[in-house]
Amino acid sequence: MMFFPISHAHVNPIYLIVVGFVIGVLGGFFGVGGSFIAGPALRLAGIDWNFAVGTDLAHIVGKSVVAAKRHRALGNVDLRLGFIMALGTIGGAEVGAQLIQMLKRAGSVNFVVSVVSIVIYLGISGFMMWESWKTLVLSKRQNPQRTSIARGGKSDESAFQHVTKAIQRWRIPPMISLPQSGVTISLWIILLVAFVGGLCSGFLGGGAGYIRMPSMVYILGIPTHLAVGTDLFEIIISASYGTFSHAIKGNVDILIALVMHTGAAIGAQLGAISTQYFAGPKIRLAFVPLPLIGAAIVIYTMFTGHKL
Amino acid sequence: MGPRSKTAVRRTLRAFALELVIYGALVTGYFFAVLHFLGGWLVQLETRHIRVYAVVAILLIIGQAVVLEWVTTGLLRLLRGGRSE
Repeated sequence: MMFFPISHAHVNPIYLIVVGFVIGVLGGFFGVGGSFIAGPALRLAGIDWNFAVGTDLAHIVGKSVVAAKRHRALGNVDLRLGFIMALGTIGGAEVGAQLIQMLKRAGSVNFVVSVVSIVIYLGISGFMMWESWKTLVLSKRQNPQRTSIARGGKSDESAFQHVTKAIQRWRIPPMISLPQSGVTISLWIILLVAFVGGLCSGFLGGGAGYIRMPSMVYILGIPTHLAVGTDLFEIIISASYGTFSHAIKGNVDILIALVMHTGAAIGAQLGAISTQYFAGPKIRLAFVPLPLIGAAIVIYTMFTGHKL
Repeated sequence: MGPRSKTAVRRTLRAFALELVIYGALVTGYFFAVLHFLGGWLVQLETRHIRVYAVVAILLIIGQAVVLEWVTTGLLRLLRGGRSE
């Protein structure tokens, strides 16, 4: 056990490195910050939710730098979309961080954040399981002979495409053209998606990729590989802002984040390289258990009060 | 899976395991040094100048990310004969 004086926590550094590595692999592969696991994992190690949220954000900045750089090299980052989304995310993150402060003052931060995170994690998992499974079944029926390798690792379809197309038809000016993603969509829809992601980021911690990556695919219609890479790029900006915001409120133990990141740095590269071997629906289906694991850890911590 | 691809996978896994060992040793030394040299200073900063602490925290994590990215890419190249992927 090692004593971390900023958060006054005793945590095993090997545990932090292993958590960082696992989150790095998952983050590099799915384009998420990994807060749905990192937040509960830090909580499980005995760190208060407010420190878990802030510290996790700091660690995510570092991990996203590594993974986004790798995705950029693979052509998976839409810079234009990333910069626009960062604006909406920062607004949402600030509102989320203020809500955390309110709950901290009321003394109910641990309970409320736990309940909200369980509801969101279960909702995302359930929806993505339904959608990606349906997409895989539909594409098998339509093209039984074609495998994802035959179509190329970056192929993408979605059973939710009709809703995405309907959203893209809302012509609320100004319209933004995203040639790299092959999409033209209203600026307000991009900002709304980013704001909701930012709100979750500030409130539940992390980069909120668990809600933003699926939203980019299902609402904005961005191909999964580009959604993964762009999300990671956007997370660098928004998580940096979130880290600053939480740090000045006394919620960041940077020493814990630095230790976690040593594991995440190698995991993130491994995860990012692996994406080129999988098609979009398979990446989304593989994503399903992750929020469930996060929800299970939160439920376990809530009902047993057990700390590692 | 053909014998050639089996050999390739085995070689990749061996290189990755070796990379993990080298990286693990480097990182262990590094973070004990960070905790030893920066720990006290960061605690003081967090108590007295919280805004400066916030900026330093972001710079530290980005700096560490860039350095570790160089290290891991370099190790991957070295262990896989010039290829990073």
